[in-house]
Formats: sequence, C-alpha cells, structure tokens
Amino acid sequence: MAPIVSIRNLTKSYASGFKALKGVDLDIEQGEILALLGPNGAGKTTMISIICGIVTPSDGTVTVGGHDILTDYRKTRSIIGLVPQELTLDAFETVYNTVAFSRGLHGCAPNPALIERILKDLSLYDKKDTMLRHLSGGMRRRVLIAKALSYEPKVLFLDEPTAGVDVSLRKDMWQLVERLRANGVTIILTTHYIEEAEEIADRIGVINHGRILLVEDKKALMAKLGRKQMTVELAEPITAVPDALSPYGLTLSDEGTRLTYEFDSSGERTGISSLLSALSQCGLRVKDISTEQSSLEDIFVELVGEGK
Amino acid sequence: MNFEAIKSIYAFEMARTRRTMLQSIVSPVITTSLYFIVFGAAIGSRMQEVNGVSYGAFIAPGLIMLTLLNQCIGNGSFGIYFPKFTGTIYELLSSPISMIEIVIGYVGAAATKGLIVGTIILVTAAFFVDISIKHPFMMVLFFVLTAVSFSLFGFMIGIWAKDFEQLNLFPMLIVPPLVFLGGSFYSIDMLPPFWQTVSHFNPVLYLVSGFRWSFYEIADVNPVVSLLTVLGFLVVCLSITAWIFKTGYKLKN
Repeated sequence: MAPIVSIRNLTKSYASGFKALKGVDLDIEQGEILALLGPNGAGKTTMISIICGIVTPSDGTVTVGGHDILTDYRKTRSIIGLVPQELTLDAFETVYNTVAFSRGLHGCAPNPALIERILKDLSLYDKKDTMLRHLSGGMRRRVLIAKALSYEPKVLFLDEPTAGVDVSLRKDMWQLVERLRANGVTIILTTHYIEEAEEIADRIGVINHGRILLVEDKKALMAKLGRKQMTVELAEPITAVPDALSPYGLTLSDEGTRLTYEFDSSGERTGISSLLSALSQCGLRVKDISTEQSSLEDIFVELVGEGK
Repeated sequence: MNFEAIKSIYAFEMARTRRTMLQSIVSPVITTSLYFIVFGAAIGSRMQEVNGVSYGAFIAPGLIMLTLLNQCIGNGSFGIYFPKFTGTIYELLSSPISMIEIVIGYVGAAATKGLIVGTIILVTAAFFVDISIKHPFMMVLFFVLTAVSFSLFGFMIGIWAKDFEQLNLFPMLIVPPLVFLGGSFYSIDMLPPFWQTVSHFNPVLYLVSGFRWSFYEIADVNPVVSLLTVLGFLVVCLSITAWIFKTGYKLKN
C-alpha cells in the first residue's frame, strides 16, 4: 500500500540563514503510530508545521493521501488533524463552541452528536459550556485534542501531547491513541519522553539538527542497538581487575565489589559462560548477577550524541 | 468554496460582538447622541443652515461615516489580529480554506457589525434632527461599499500590526483627523482656498460628500467622483490583501 504521508527532500531555511530542515525523506504508512524523537530545536515542529500548512517549505515535496500539500491543500488539510504543542486557545469561547468551530473550518456540516461523543471520550462533556480561560492546563490540552478530532481526520499529528501533563491524563491519552489506531487513524507524535515512544509507537524516527537520523521498527531498533549489560556483585572487594579478565573489558566500581560487562545480545556468542568460568578460575566469589537491556533512552542519547 | 468555514468564521466573529455588546453597540450610540445634543441641539440652533439644510441634519451623514469607519477598521483589524496574538491562527492556516474564504468571513462580519452600528446611529439621529434621504439606493450603496472597504482596510492593519499600539494607530490617530478635516462638520467651501485644495487630498472628504449627497443632494465633490473613490479604495485594499495571502506576509514563515 502506498504510504499515507510521503516526504521527499523537505528543506526549510529561514531568512536569518538558519536551516531548520536539511532534506528530510520519510514515508509514513497508513494506520501506524510513528514517534518522532529529538531534542528541542531538532526540527520536529517545523516538519509538522509544513505538512499542516502553517509554514511554507523552502524545497521538497510532501504528499498526504496521495495529494500534494501545496497544490491540493484542501484535500490534504481536510484529512489532517493537528494538536499543537502550545496551549493556544481563545480565552472567551466555550469548550463546545471552539470544538464546533474547528469542525466548521474544515468544511464539515455541524454534527452535535459526534461532538458530544468526542467531549465525553475526553472527559470534557461536563465542561462543555465553560469558558476556555477557566480551564486547567490538562483540560486545555484535552480541548485541543477534541478540536483536532472534531472533523475525523485520517492522519493525526500530536506535537508533544503529554508535555506538562499529569500521569493519569498521559495514560488516558495513550488509550485514546490506541482507540484511534483501531479506527485506522495514522498517528504521528513528537516527544522527548522516550518512555512514551517505547510504550505506544510502532516505529520510531530520530531527528536532530534538521535531519532524520534513522527510522526503524521499534522492536528491531531495540534489538539492533540494544546493548545488554551484566553486573557481577563480588563477595569480597578487589583492587584491580585481574589480567586474566582483561579481554572482557570489564569495569570495576562500587569500591571494588562490582564488575560490569557489556555484550551484544543479538551476537552469536555473548561470552557470558566463558566470563563466568574465568571469574571462578581467578578465585573470585560471585554474590549476585543481574543483566539489563539498555532502554530506548540510551539508544537515543547515543544517536543524538553522534549526530553532533 | 468551503461555505461551512465562512459560516463558522462569520458566526464566531458575530458571537464576539454579542459578548461585547456594551462596548460594540451601546458605546458608539451614546457618543453619537452626545454629538447630536451638543452640535445639533445646543450649538446647531444658533448656526446658519448649510446649503439649505439645518446644521444638525447636515452633520448626521458625517457622524455616521465617522462611526462606520472606526467600527469597521476596529473590528476588521481586531478579528484577525487577536488569533495572531494568541496563536490560534494556527487553526486558520492549517484548515482547508482559501484566502477568499478567510476574507469573506472576517471582513463580512466586521462590515455587518459596522452597518448595524451605523444604522442604529442613523435611527438615533432621526430622533434629534430632520433626516431626509433623497437617494436611498445610493445611500445604501455608499454605506455598504464604505463598510466593506474599510473592514478590508482594517483586516490589513490587523495582519500588519505587530502589537496593540500599531493596531490602535489607525482608529485612534489617523482616522479622526481625516474625518474631522474631511468635511464631516462643515462644507469645505467655508474654508480658505488653500485649505480647500488640501482637503481634496483627503480621501474621507469624498466619502462624506458622496454619502451626504445621497441624503440632501448637497456635495463638495461630484458624487460620481465620490463613488469612484470608494470603489478605487476597495480595489486597492483587495489587491493588497491578495498579495498578503500570496506571499504569506506576516502570517507564514
């Protein structure tokens, strides 16, 4: 199936000379959840803003649902929903009216039943007549989502949806994303919470300095780049790693009681059994052993560090 | 055409008018009534007629124009400036709407509001002075064309303005002198020749004169010239607006 969003050589330079995007290529498949990870200023929001029509690209093309975002903007913008990062809402509108307004702007006839359902799904229904300025930050975030859902988009961009949001709302949002995906909505979310990407995304893209560093299936990415670490607790402290153990590249810490060994879990030989026998040959008594896999966060820090 | 979008923008703007009823409707009516009491009833009773029309009746069209201009510029500019200021403009830019639809929505609402206030003032004026409208069709034409073109002018100011100071520059500092010196309260043939010449460079003179002609058939300039001036201004505003949307001036990076 053709990708629902297709980005080719997307470039954005500002008059100041700053290059926010330096030739991005990316295909987003229908129905997937793609998480875009990247530090502040990486180009995430610029990319989304171009696709949605808020920023004009300097070069490159983007198609959404097979339509060009510039020449066929009516078609692309009717199927794109955007939840912006900033909590920008009118102060004096009511919740219901602002959601209905979004639906109208996107050319859809009024549908009170649908808006009622969306507001109920987002626990906003009892606030429907409240003025927006009286809402808390979390509620305002929900309103922004309701606005974006009011015209039933096929592609939904969530720009840092859980920034500054409490745990319960974050869980609610993840559930909502799951429900939308079940209905066939393609979701692109940007975040710097790795945990979030790990939890809900199918694929993960890492972006920094205006370039996509990689886009990979989440599981494959974790397996490919995931390094495992084995920690050996010694019964008695040692002052230095014995020479016989030098091929393993161990590091000694915690006042000589802890040895750390890094290995590639996808490799054919992890070297664990030979290390264990080498330890006993050196006369070291082992108190405890634990292994842990590096998280997406470690992978991310590593990649972004390399990108510099 | 995305009619739902036009309807939504128009309804949104009119809802803002309803929320600010005191400021938008009551305040201009009170101000204008004060003008009629002072200039029409108090001072006007001691003034000569101007071209056969009582002074109070003579100033009515000018006062309506003064309010109409201020209302249209104010509403037209605020409607688009405020989303820019709060950031909600993102929604307009990411919606499947064209420039024409945005303009029809905002300018249509600003002009409607200006016309409502203008009509209320016309009715109010009729309580204080004798109003007669000799060319109702021309009067409505001037009324509507002025409302639309100055709402469009306001819309441009709203896009151009960087802050509230710039936003208020036109309604507070530029429009009042143009209106007061544009023959709203006098016929320019009362002025010395030099100032008569200067007045002809004031576009508001043509508006007020044409509008007053449709009431009493008295005019400082030929009504056809007045009409052409309003139409010309409308075309200039439309062209600049088209350019703004084409280039994304101050709206898009």
